[in-house]
Amino acid sequence: MKQEPGLTLIAKTVTRVSVWLIILYGIYIILHGHLSPGGGFAGGVVIALAFLNVMLTYGRETVTHWVNVEFLHDLEPACGAIYMAIGILGISISGGFLANFLSKGTLFNLLSSGNILLLNIIIGIKVAMGLFTVVWTLAIFHINEGGEK
Amino acid sequence: MIVYLLCFALLLVGIYGLLVKRDLVRLIIASGITGYATNLMLVLFGYKRGAIYPILEEGKAVSERVMVDPLPQALVLTSIVIELGITAMLVALAIRLFEKNKTFDITKIKRLSG
Amino acid sequence: MPTETWLIFILGFMLVGSIAALEIKDLLSAIIAVGIVGLGLSMAFLLLQAPDLAIVQFLFEIFAIVIMVRAFMKPGYHFSDTKSKHRGRTIIVMAVLVAIFILSINVFKALPPFGEPLMTTSQHYLENAARETGSANIVASIVLDYRGYDTLGEATVLFVAVLGTLTILRVKSNKKKEEESEK
Repeated sequence: MKQEPGLTLIAKTVTRVSVWLIILYGIYIILHGHLSPGGGFAGGVVIALAFLNVMLTYGRETVTHWVNVEFLHDLEPACGAIYMAIGILGISISGGFLANFLSKGTLFNLLSSGNILLLNIIIGIKVAMGLFTVVWTLAIFHINEGGEK
Repeated sequence: MIVYLLCFALLLVGIYGLLVKRDLVRLIIASGITGYATNLMLVLFGYKRGAIYPILEEGKAVSERVMVDPLPQALVLTSIVIELGITAMLVALAIRLFEKNKTFDITKIKRLSG
Repeated sequence: MPTETWLIFILGFMLVGSIAALEIKDLLSAIIAVGIVGLGLSMAFLLLQAPDLAIVQFLFEIFAIVIMVRAFMKPGYHFSDTKSKHRGRTIIVMAVLVAIFILSINVFKALPPFGEPLMTTSQHYLENAARETGSANIVASIVLDYRGYDTLGEATVLFVAVLGTLTILRVKSNKKKEEESEK
């Protein structure tokens, strides 16, 4: 029987190096959503898979030491509220709900296309935190109904 | 047209699984298959023969690229994300039912509360 | 080889995989067969010139498979041994579905043929998206600018699904403390 939760030492060492690269890749997909395929949804689920990776190889206790889980649970509805706030800001500045009010820039730049870059980031964080909450709750339920460990 | 008929056959396989199977896990699998068939049908309606993906690239003129229909792709993007939410919630429901009744068979689950 | 032949091959592969997922008795094999159907769908999206959808379908498929395997692999529950006693119901359902399939051939003959879509709204999007929104990805500009309200609705549905999962799986920890103190 293993004494510490999680997988072997090789898996833990590889995860320690590669989880930051996965998060970087997810941020890249989110930020370049208006230039290449991808966008907020794909990048968000990549970041959620990075957290799932740490949870599977190290166990749940280490994740509570690594990040503040309550803050991540609360981040998801906050991003939904920020999305609606941007929409209402669009009413007050120009046109109707969710109007594109930032500057459009030149084509093929990173800082172009106005509202779309900001909304991509908001949607990416929302999807990542929502999926992480689902996996975290399933893991807690697993441990609790299996008896004391 | 054969492609449309094969996609419709996939949808009918999913509906068959929903109507006939009695195991909760098979019901979740069948609802997933029905979702895949629906998304594929929407994207099949928007395909243009000999066209290319709807992303502009540097150095190539806009007018000489014939692109596929981008509107069904945007709708299916929303649909795929919602399918994941539905699957996660069905899995949570199945785990809760298993904990209370110790079986996944839907004909043996008779009590609604308690 | 033209795209249509590859699509017929991939769709046949997905049909065989889905029938296998519903009929195999071993539970782990059934979940893996659904994974095959999802990945085949991702390849079909690549052939239909939709790279956005291929990435999203691939990643969400993997997430669903991981959730299902972790939830349903309990010790001692590998085989689903529910015998179907209603042979009559199975035959009636299959007969009705085959009849629906044969009657739908006329419907698909009335649609525009495969590879020639009508594209009345999308012509406006394809010609004016780069100038009006400033983004190079036309699908992203439709999702977040022309139809941004639908994305707000989808964010709400995702939030409600996560909230529903949390409510169903809530553990009553007060009850367990009471039981332990009574013993």
